Amino acid sequence: MSGRIFLLGDNIDTDQLAPGRYMGGGIAEIAAHCLEAVRPDFAAKVRPGDILVAGRNFGAGSSREQAAEALRHLGLAGVVALSFAGIFYRNALNLGLPALVAPDLGGIEDGDEALLDPMAGRLTLAAKQAEVALEPLPENLRPLLIDGGLIPHLKKRLSAGAAKAGRP
Amino acid sequence: MTVASLAQKIIARAVGCDHVAVGAVVTARVDLAMIHDSGGPRRVAPLLAELGATLFDPARVVLVSDHFVPGDTEEGARILALTRDWARETGVTFHDGQGICHVVLPERGHLRPGMFVVGGDSHSPTGGAFGAYMFGIGATEMAGVLATGEIWIKVPETILIEWNGRLGPGVMAKDIMLALCGRLGMDGGRYQAIEYAGSAIAALSMQERMTLANMAAELGGQTGLIAPDAVTADFVRRAGGDPGDWAGLVTDPDAEGIEHHRFDASALAPQVAAPHSPANAMPVGEAERTPITVAYLGACTGAKYVDLEAAAQVLRGRKVSSGVELLVAPASRRDQDRAAAEGIMSVFEEAGARVLPNACGICAGYGTHRLGAEVTCLSSTARNFRGRMGDPSSKVWLGSPFSVAAAAVAGHIADPRDFLAEPAVSGLGGSV
Repeated sequence: MSGRIFLLGDNIDTDQLAPGRYMGGGIAEIAAHCLEAVRPDFAAKVRPGDILVAGRNFGAGSSREQAAEALRHLGLAGVVALSFAGIFYRNALNLGLPALVAPDLGGIEDGDEALLDPMAGRLTLAAKQAEVALEPLPENLRPLLIDGGLIPHLKKRLSAGAAKAGRP
Repeated sequence: MTVASLAQKIIARAVGCDHVAVGAVVTARVDLAMIHDSGGPRRVAPLLAELGATLFDPARVVLVSDHFVPGDTEEGARILALTRDWARETGVTFHDGQGICHVVLPERGHLRPGMFVVGGDSHSPTGGAFGAYMFGIGATEMAGVLATGEIWIKVPETILIEWNGRLGPGVMAKDIMLALCGRLGMDGGRYQAIEYAGSAIAALSMQERMTLANMAAELGGQTGLIAPDAVTADFVRRAGGDPGDWAGLVTDPDAEGIEHHRFDASALAPQVAAPHSPANAMPVGEAERTPITVAYLGACTGAKYVDLEAAAQVLRGRKVSSGVELLVAPASRRDQDRAAAEGIMSVFEEAGARVLPNACGICAGYGTHRLGAEVTCLSSTARNFRGRMGDPSSKVWLGSPFSVAAAAVAGHIADPRDFLAEPAVSGLGGSV
């Protein structure tokens, strides 16, 4: 499924993604205010399949995983950035939200139609007939994303372990 | 014997091998997992249920309530009730309403050199001050740790940041960190291990070292280590812990993957950071006379005993300016009790400050005391992101507790050194 690109700058922080004043509530409420300080119309405009593209240090700040969960809740196909803050990056993949590093963002514009293929490491800009090569996902994280996140991944692992342990 | 960094040595032990190479992805056993009321039970309990898993070891889990304390909103009260119920059900160690997790953890003797620890909060690198490899993770990953006792880690490079010389009067660890944020940027840490060293660091008290480790988060490091020494061991013993054999916990000369920076502490002026990034740091003189209406002394970063003591040096015998509200939220109950016993809380009271609960409070943007529209605040906290502490139109500057106190008295950002009558005889060195 292709979508549109929302292009943001550097240092998009977790307080912008999941504002503290809504943190006592559920993910729907947090997602409704996602990025409102930098892009007030974001939550209203974003549609499933859309892609966030940002500059350096995306997801800086808090460990609150609602920052990644809000984006997943809104149906984002993933986040492409020049770099990610470490905790956000782990949170995103743990929640099954693709987070991919782009060596550069040249040619990508806000509103571009695009398709993200996280396993192939590719962002295709259909109308521009252009492809942006992304850094491949680390080997240890590929199974996690294939399974849809850490919890489904662990479920599989734990039940495999239990089956093995139960064998005579 | 293979040479290694402090980070490599701690991780190798947690993995159960002699040596781990920089860049290797390894699975480590955690010695301790710390969670709080926001990212803790309300988030991890449903995930553990989904996994059909129980805690890997309740004795290695510490729970602290600090984000929704004092429960002054309906949802906050509900989350605290859920947190308390879970603590009873699981039997984990629970510090309820005793202060902010990063300060409570070491003061209650939970940390010792060489430990490998995860915390469900981004300021978890604070534990690095004790020579423990401690870092922050989100709730889903924490659920995985609580179920298995394990976590993967990519063995980091070490960004060795050396400060030699001696900090001048009115200059604190917070000023070091703001200067580093300005110099290296918020991603200068590249999610690697930051390690602080040098004579200026060795001269600091444990709570000052905690400020350095804490703000490794703002540098984008995974943790912020300081090799343990006699000061560390003494603190751990006083807190009721056993420092163990810490002598070998150092970064060897010629260890692989070291990026080395050197700075002169003697030349450092008090720093402030302009809205909306800690990286917008500058010497306080460049922002002098910026008017403020709120002065906030709070958070794990800036309201420990040592921070309260510094602010009181400026405030003693003075009044908060008529246009300013000074809010003080001591980072832990124990630190507040000690400050009270030493007359420091009376100094705040006589100056006209308002004392708030021992909790994350305004820093986390939770609760009822958030900053209003168009407020300009000087804060001793770690982060001044747009809208974090309140209305998106509020403007937060960051500074040391000395600088926050000076601004509260002056009504504008001011050089705290002008308010210190004599060279500071303080608790900044020694065993605090």
